[in-house]
Amino acid sequence: MTVDAVELRTLVPRVLSVLVGRGADFATAEDAVQEALIRALTAWETELPADPTGWLVTVAWRVFLDMARSDAARRAREARVDGEVPAGTVPSADDTLHLYFLCAHPDLTPSSAVALTLRAVGGLTTRQIAQAYLVPEATMAQRISRAKRTVAQAGLHRPGDVRTVMRVLYLVFNEGYSGDVDLAAEAIRLTRQLTSLVDDPEVDGLLALMLLHHARRASRTRPDGSIVPLAEQDRSQWDTTLVAEGVDILQAALARGQLGEYQAQAAIAALHADAMRVEETDWVQIVEWYDELLRFADTPIVRLNRAVAVGEADGPLAGLAALAGVDEHVPRYEAVAAYLHEKNGDLELAARLYADAARNAPSLAERDHQTRQAARLNQQLQHGDRS
Amino acid sequence: MAKYLLLKHYRGAPAPVNNVPMDRWTPDEVEAHVRFMHDFAARLESSGEFVDAQALSPDGVWVRSDGEGRPPVTDGPFAETKDLIAGWMVVDVDSYERAVELAGELSAAPGAGGEPIHEWLEVRPFLSAPPTVTQ
Repeated sequence: MTVDAVELRTLVPRVLSVLVGRGADFATAEDAVQEALIRALTAWETELPADPTGWLVTVAWRVFLDMARSDAARRAREARVDGEVPAGTVPSADDTLHLYFLCAHPDLTPSSAVALTLRAVGGLTTRQIAQAYLVPEATMAQRISRAKRTVAQAGLHRPGDVRTVMRVLYLVFNEGYSGDVDLAAEAIRLTRQLTSLVDDPEVDGLLALMLLHHARRASRTRPDGSIVPLAEQDRSQWDTTLVAEGVDILQAALARGQLGEYQAQAAIAALHADAMRVEETDWVQIVEWYDELLRFADTPIVRLNRAVAVGEADGPLAGLAALAGVDEHVPRYEAVAAYLHEKNGDLELAARLYADAARNAPSLAERDHQTRQAARLNQQLQHGDRS
Repeated sequence: MAKYLLLKHYRGAPAPVNNVPMDRWTPDEVEAHVRFMHDFAARLESSGEFVDAQALSPDGVWVRSDGEGRPPVTDGPFAETKDLIAGWMVVDVDSYERAVELAGELSAAPGAGGEPIHEWLEVRPFLSAPPTVTQ
């Protein structure tokens, strides 16, 4: 039989919590759990244990003892641990949550917190994480071991909180997909797990936001990697199961009356998902949600996206007026300006702005997309001149 | 095997034969160009010669140390900088001739009117590790 690696990884936080609960130091315990995972992949091919978590705990603990002993021997120091298995092997939900907090420790840089979370909570190997972020494996290994040291020095007593955890998971989700690991799916899995550990409508909002965006994934790019803008996406490709789940989670969260940034973002995504045709989009309500979002996160990016929504709800002139208050150094500013000017009928200015947007695009796919937009308008203008 | 850098410039290279800025092409021509670049890299991967391909933003600054305990000095970007790198492809090939051949193919990527751009690419050999046998 084959072992489901994702299924296996769901056990990681519990196993690691047990080891740490028994007094193992976090860094060594984490290495031991990784080693146990590798052994499980082979051992479970022939026979699946009756108690997979128990199996992993037993093996990881043995590995930990070996590591701790050889470490102690190497340093000619007395081993602090003996072979006896201490009592208390059932971790509580709080222990797993604590692990999340630890990996999103405020002393860690975002890239370190992301890497440590994917390994210690997600159970991914260093190689998988390195591939996903397109860095050499040795670099990622260093990043993770430095992160572990930072966490150990900072002490386990003042870990992060659920806000920092959500930021880390949001970052993972936004990285999307490269290598053989689907980071978006992994972020969803970890966020889903988080919702079972904490009672916080914002965490539910984050999960809803991810599900609603993930539902559109198949329609967002063409097979060659080029971008399909929201208005042109084939909405029949949207995953209605994910949409329905996202909407349900969001509605339950909103009903609790503790609005926050992630719920507001999810509400905007839900309104898009709700329109079977782009013409049916409720832009007026979307603008209202952007206004809500501004109360929690008044950033140039939110204001830029709000200008687009205003342009759809109240016409391009209103959109351009909303854009006037936005910092023009924000990424994709020219792209939005070009779009609004095009809708306003100023094709020459729009074509110039699309060309600027291409020059300043933060990714190759966006550069190609904006170049095509400029090319489209320039072609239109040329034909107009001839007629 | 030896590695070569195929370097593309925003500015600084001699003018290409088919010299029309990309936003003046038709959308189909842009499409064809993007597909060509995509296919070219895929073909090198399948032939076992591909190492890396990256594109760079045209924005950049000059930076130098301003001495200990002081923040580095930044300058630019300079609109008049003569030489501006746009991106590169690194290939690992059997010979200099093969590197030149590949650069030639890349230079013939389709542009305006569907005609090859014939842009100038710079081919630079990597300095390699010293050989084991030295005599």
